[in-house]
Parts: sequence; structure tokens; C-alpha cells
Amino acid sequence: MSTRLINFTLNGQPVSTAIEPHRNLVELLQRFDLFGARESCGQGLCGCCTVLVDDKAVSGCLYFAVWVDGKSVTTIENLDADGQLSPVQQAFIDCGAFQCGFCTPGFILMSQQLLKEHPNPSDDDIRHYLSGNLCRCAAYPEIIEAVKQAAKAGAKAPA
Amino acid sequence: MKQVGREIPRLEARAKVTGRAEYAHNLRLPGMLYGKVFRSTVPHGRIRSIDTQAARAVAGVHRVVTGDDIRKLIPEPYYGPAFHDQPILAIDKVCHVGEPVAVVLAGDPHVAERAAHLIDADYEELPAVYDEIAAMHPDIVVHAMLKPAGTNVALDYHLRRGDADAALARCEQVFEHTFKTQQCLHVPFEPFVAVAEPADSALTIYTSNQTPSFVRSEIARLFGWPENRVRVKVPYLGGGFGAKVYVKLEALVAALALMVRRPVKIALTMEEQFYMITKHPTTFRIRSGVGGDGRVVARACEVFWNGGAYADIGPRVTQKSGFTSPGPYDIENVRIDSYELYTNRTPAGALRGFGIPQLVWAYESHTDLVARALNIDPVAFRRDNILRDGRPQASGTAMKDAGIAAVLEAIAARMGWSERKFDRGAGTIRRGRGIAIGFKASISPTTSVAIVNIAADGSATLYTSTSDMGQGSDTAYAQIVGEVLDVEAEDVRVVHPDTDVTPYDMGTLGSRSLFHMGNAVRLAAEDARTKLRALAAEAGLPQGTNYPPAEIFKKRYGMQAGNVIGSASFVPTYKSPDPQSGLSDNVTPFWMIGGAGAEVAVDIETGAVRVEKLINAADCGRPINPAVARTQLSGAAIMQLGFTLSEIMHLDGGQVTNASLADYKIPGIRDIPPMDNILVEAEQHSGPFGAKGLGESGTFGVSPAIANAIHDAVGIRMTELPITAEAVFRALRKQQGRALEDA
Repeated sequence: MSTRLINFTLNGQPVSTAIEPHRNLVELLQRFDLFGARESCGQGLCGCCTVLVDDKAVSGCLYFAVWVDGKSVTTIENLDADGQLSPVQQAFIDCGAFQCGFCTPGFILMSQQLLKEHPNPSDDDIRHYLSGNLCRCAAYPEIIEAVKQAAKAGAKAPA
Repeated sequence: MKQVGREIPRLEARAKVTGRAEYAHNLRLPGMLYGKVFRSTVPHGRIRSIDTQAARAVAGVHRVVTGDDIRKLIPEPYYGPAFHDQPILAIDKVCHVGEPVAVVLAGDPHVAERAAHLIDADYEELPAVYDEIAAMHPDIVVHAMLKPAGTNVALDYHLRRGDADAALARCEQVFEHTFKTQQCLHVPFEPFVAVAEPADSALTIYTSNQTPSFVRSEIARLFGWPENRVRVKVPYLGGGFGAKVYVKLEALVAALALMVRRPVKIALTMEEQFYMITKHPTTFRIRSGVGGDGRVVARACEVFWNGGAYADIGPRVTQKSGFTSPGPYDIENVRIDSYELYTNRTPAGALRGFGIPQLVWAYESHTDLVARALNIDPVAFRRDNILRDGRPQASGTAMKDAGIAAVLEAIAARMGWSERKFDRGAGTIRRGRGIAIGFKASISPTTSVAIVNIAADGSATLYTSTSDMGQGSDTAYAQIVGEVLDVEAEDVRVVHPDTDVTPYDMGTLGSRSLFHMGNAVRLAAEDARTKLRALAAEAGLPQGTNYPPAEIFKKRYGMQAGNVIGSASFVPTYKSPDPQSGLSDNVTPFWMIGGAGAEVAVDIETGAVRVEKLINAADCGRPINPAVARTQLSGAAIMQLGFTLSEIMHLDGGQVTNASLADYKIPGIRDIPPMDNILVEAEQHSGPFGAKGLGESGTFGVSPAIANAIHDAVGIRMTELPITAEAVFRALRKQQGRALEDA
């Protein structure tokens, strides 16, 4: 199958690769040994595949890889690029906001976006904003606590 | 205690929040082929032919494999933990929609998928049976060739204690009800995945699995190999919940890898999970006789477990959970008849509770109905009938360290059951409250082995075959090792299952790990400590002094060298139930107790039920890590909330019509009611530092507590799960004498 050459920024680094047009963003990231975005439901319903494209959260399983051409892609693996966990990551640890950890990167990226838009979210804001992410271990009460703690810590999404 | 009782974050916390935790899902190996499964479209049929020509012609397809190819490699390619009844790929016939019939192997999973769509199988369709009661009549037999032939009963278990029939005949007050549960499933977010890598006369399997030791022995048995030629490695699991026990994809990838002499990976889609393993639908007929003093004197339980097309672990559910069917009550006369049935559905197995939630659903709904009929307060009625420590459970095993009353009282107190004036609502919104408690016996007999290795610098490494699927076993074990060796839990390294390295364990299931492996870990650490002291003596160090381990090694070996290896196994005693009476005075090493209290608001115009408060309580022994324990309790309860209110697999001609998260509704963040999670601390004397398992206890009481609350609110009794708004609305209309006609 024919491929297309795409150039994009991946976690701050310019990269290029040739990829078939039917591949999704999760598959593209796997080529770069990034496995934090995970395809689970395959329908954009669970949020396990969440990736930031130009600072906006997208479902990597429904997002064609070629669409990132010319764009900037940020994955969970970049949040501690300076060696420090982000406040949201730290809050997830402090509040025990995960069990198996499979959905956790998606929740953390969405929570960062939430706090960027609503620095002081109510419980309802949090529930509404994170309703597109599912957690089968059902760490939801702890996730809500974690988002509130991160908000208190003055969490900022990565620029 | 320095380490036990600490609320430390999970050891792998950083790996999980940075997306770097290792899952089988991530694994790619050089030269690896991807397998895509072609599945049966009919629920029951003889295979006339399988046309793979078009699939084989697709560019990039390496090979297409059918059951006949598997049989050339393995003459008897049937596996299973209870019976060897499940073929690696269908042979001669198919028994459920979605059964694997062929596999396409290709270097690109998309190519394999496209080619799999081009396979065409021709079936002679046979009549199918889906319902467990219908399956009791052998008009349609799922397996003609299996033992027992001519019936769908895979296993029947019977218990006779006292004389229930005679006692029921004597009782003035006899109550009988029937309750049903639906087919639903685990939905781990890391769908089933396994990779097999062949080597010279050996095989390595990387898999998302809860029972690596079983996988090893079962694959070795299939190939006729010694176990040491099969290596099974398990990283973190992206959820398990009982789905990933025993062999699932492992036999298939192993056979394929040997056939093509290349690594083979099969990763299921979310949709395919609906055809792998599910939770038993059940029908439970329960009959109780009550004396004038409000004591239950007799109970007869008939439980029919819909096991689907292959036995998996269903027969053990039928027996090992079956003997708790009468509930946590002190009843002199008990009859239990528990049947595991084959049907033409996706197989059913273990799901967070191993059948217990289905049983509690029935006996606690029934208990509530009996209390109401007798006009006795439901908490008081339970209190008067509860099994107390020292009293024999139906099996004949005396209760020990079982906080049944403590859990009941904790829930009642938190709800303000007796003292609080409860707002019953008004107008179209009516409110009610309900309570339910349940119990489970830990599976027995089982074995766990652990190894603790102290390096020459004094650092400790633990080797176990427990799979950490989110329950926090790595962390709890590290705390146990830390406690024994007087080191920080965070400094203990926990090696994940690798059967070349980590010792035998029966499996990460049934909430058994913390108790069984936890005990083995403690004993192995103590063994290491004893050996370290012996080493100090050998080195000529005075006894009774506390030299740092590194000093001891240096003194003994003249440099930083050597190891101390402690090991231990833990095997609780057990007595098999008598084949006639089903009785045993030592049927389990420990009891799990869980319960729930629910306050609900029912909209009588729509049938919508809103859970306004959910209180979960469980006897957790003495928790090793209370913070992790609370999340287990909470997570289990929320999972059961999904099974109570929304989750159901809809079938049409054996085909699941809602095999997707779009139509199979699991709880989301907006569905979580206000919750209180109560750890009822009660020493488990035989547990490691007093601890016991907790992974399932939170599921026990949720469904009946909600049904009891709905009854309290609007006077209708829901007898089937899930309790959807539609089901409640239909029941309300029926109550008003205006039943919907299409019901």
C-alpha cells in the first residue's frame, strides 16, 4: 500500500515518517515506541488512546495518522520531560486515582486540558469534562479527588 | 509495625502515570506475525467446509490455519481448567457464535483482518439452547461427545444438612421466590492479548493472564512437553476481573508459533471480548421455612448456572460457591442443588466474586421479602439469623474470623438505620432504602510459593507468580517483606511472573493472593532472615547483634558477594466435601464478608432509579495498605453497580447485538453515587499480619441492597438484573394493573 510522508512535532522534537493513510495515530506513536496511548474500545468511547494534537485532546484510535502532518503531537510520555511529574500526575499518585493503569494516561491528559480551561472546577465540571473517559477499575472517586488536588496545586497544562 | 498498615502509593505508580508501565499489549518482537481470528456466525452447527482460498491469496498473508491444522500438531487439542472440552480452533462443529474457527497470520494486522473477512465457512445449523432452565431438558444437547453424554449438566453439586424437606413441611411460614441474573462481562480495558515466541524445543508466552503457572502446565500438557520447556511471562495487566484466568488465547498463539516458527501475537478487539468469557446468567429458586420466633429453620436452594458452550471454570463456581447458596445465616436444615449447564452462548467463568454476587442477589432479595412478609425489620431479621463465629456454615465448616455481624452493624450504623428519620419522598419521586450482606469462602485447596532473595548489599527482591492487574499485590507484598526484613517497602523489588524464574502459584483469583501468597511471602522473608542470621554465625559474628546485611555478606565472603535465598510455600489444610452430603468441616481457609446499604429515589413516571447513597462495607482483616484496600472496595462496588443497573449482553440468535462500549453500558464518571466505603477491621488470625483478601467483597451486597431499596420506595420487587428504568416502569405499570402489553 502506498505511503505518505508526514512531518510533525512529537513531544517537542521534529520528526518525519512515511505512513499508510489507513493507520491511526496510536499506530503511528507505536512506531516511535510510545505506548502510553492505547487502543481499547476502538470507537473513541473509552479515552484510553487520548493524545494532544496542537494542544487539543483527540482520540488516537479515530484520528488518522496522516492528519498530524504539520502539527504538534504531545503524549503522556512528555509530561515529565523535565524529570518532574506534572501536578496532575502527582495528584493521581497521591490520591490513588488508578488501579490497573491502562486508562490513566487518557484521564491525566484530559484532566490537564480541563484544568487549563477551568482552573477551579466543581465536582460537576470534573464529571462532565471527564465523561468521555472510562475506567473499568472504577477509580472515579479518586480521580475526582486528584483533579481537585491538582487544581489546588495550581496545575497548568503544558504549554 | 513499620511497613504493614502504611498507606504508600503503589510501587508502580510513576510508571502508570507516565504511560510507561509494561503491558503485553505493548509487546512487539522481531519477525512477529499477527493473528486475526475468523469466528463462527452460528450458535450451533456442524462445519461442512471452510473455504480459505481467497484469504490465502491476499498479498501479505503468511498462512491461514484451521482446526484440522491444529490437530496435526496436537492430536487432542482440547483445553480447560475443569474439563478438557474447549478446542483451540473449532473441530467438526461450533457451539457458540464467535467461536474461533480459523486464524489468518500476517505481518500486518490490517492485512490479517482483511483476509479473515474473506474466509467462508459452511455450517449445517443445529438447534440451539440459550436458557439454563431449558438446558436442563436434554432436547438439545450442546456436546454429544462429552462426558456426561446426553445431558447439558456439566456438573451438579448437592448439599444436604439436616432435613430441609421435612422441616419445610413442618413450617407454617414457607416462602419461595425465583431470581435471575443476566449475562454480562468483565470488559478489561486491555483486551485479551498473548504473544508466543518459539525457540529450539521451547516456547515463551507473553500474556495478559492471571494464572501463569496454570498456563505453563496446560500448554506443556497439550504439547506433551515437560513444563520446563514452556516459559510464561506476565507484565502488568490492564484489568483482569477474572476474565484472564486459565488458558484463553495462550494455547492458540503457542500452536501457531510452533507451526510457523515465528513469534505470533493475537490481540482481541473490544468486540471480540464479548465472545471470549462472560459472567454466568443464573436462575435461583429459593425456599425458606421460618419458625414462630422469626428464625429461619430450613432453606432449599436450586441454582442453575448458565455456563455457555465450554465449561471453563464454571463447574467449580457451581460447587465452590454453590455451598454458600443459603447465605450467611445459621440454618439447621439446608438443601442445595446446584447445576452447571452447557448452552450455546459465549462461555461463562469467573467474574469478581466467582458466582457469589448472583447468589447474594437471590438470597438477600429473598431475605428482605421474608422479613417484610413477617413484618420484621430487615436488619433485625438478619441480626437474629446471622451466622456467628464458631457456628457451622451449611457445609459444616465452623465460621472463624468472619465479621458478618460487624459488617451488617457497620452498614446499619452508617445509614442511621434505626435512629434516623428517613425521608420517603413525595409526588413522583419516592425514596427507599435497603441493605444486603453476603459472604464467600476462599477457594481451596490451593498452593502458593514465594522466593525472597537478599543481595550482598542487603537489598531484597521478591519472586512470585502473582499477576498485578491493579489490585496492588506488588505493593502489599513489598510491605510484608519490608516488615519482616526491616527495610522500606519502596526498596523491595518485586519480580513479575516469569515461570522460568518465579515459583508456582495457583493463580491471581478469588481474592486469594493476599492471604495465600501473602503468607508465602511472609514465610519466605522469614526464611531469608533466618538464613541471614545463620550466615552471620558462620562469619563468626556474635549472636543477637543486629549487623546490617551488607556487613554480614562482606564478613562472610570477604567482599560484596553472595546471596541469601529464602523460600516458602503456603498450603492451607482442606477437606474435600463428602460426595453424598456435600459436607466438609474444613472447606475453606478464610471467609470474605461484604455488604451494602443503598438509598434510592425512584421516579414513578419514568421508572428511573437514582442511587442517592451507596454504603459499602467489607471485613478486610487487618489491612496491609488501607488506602489501596478502600479503592478495591469502592471499585468492586461500582463494577457491581454496572451489573445491577445497566450491563447486559443482548442476544439475537446467539449473536451479541450490543458488543461494543457504545451499546453495552459500563459505569462512567457521571454514574457514581455518593459513596461511603467502610473497612471493617477484624483480625484474620491465619492471614499475613492479620490480613485477608478483599478484591471481590465489595460486589456482594450492591444488587440486592438496591432492589430492596426500590421495594421500600415503591413496593415493587425486581427479580431480574439489570434493573433498568424500563424494567422498573414495567413493574410499576403491572403493580397498577396496567401492564404494558408487549412485556
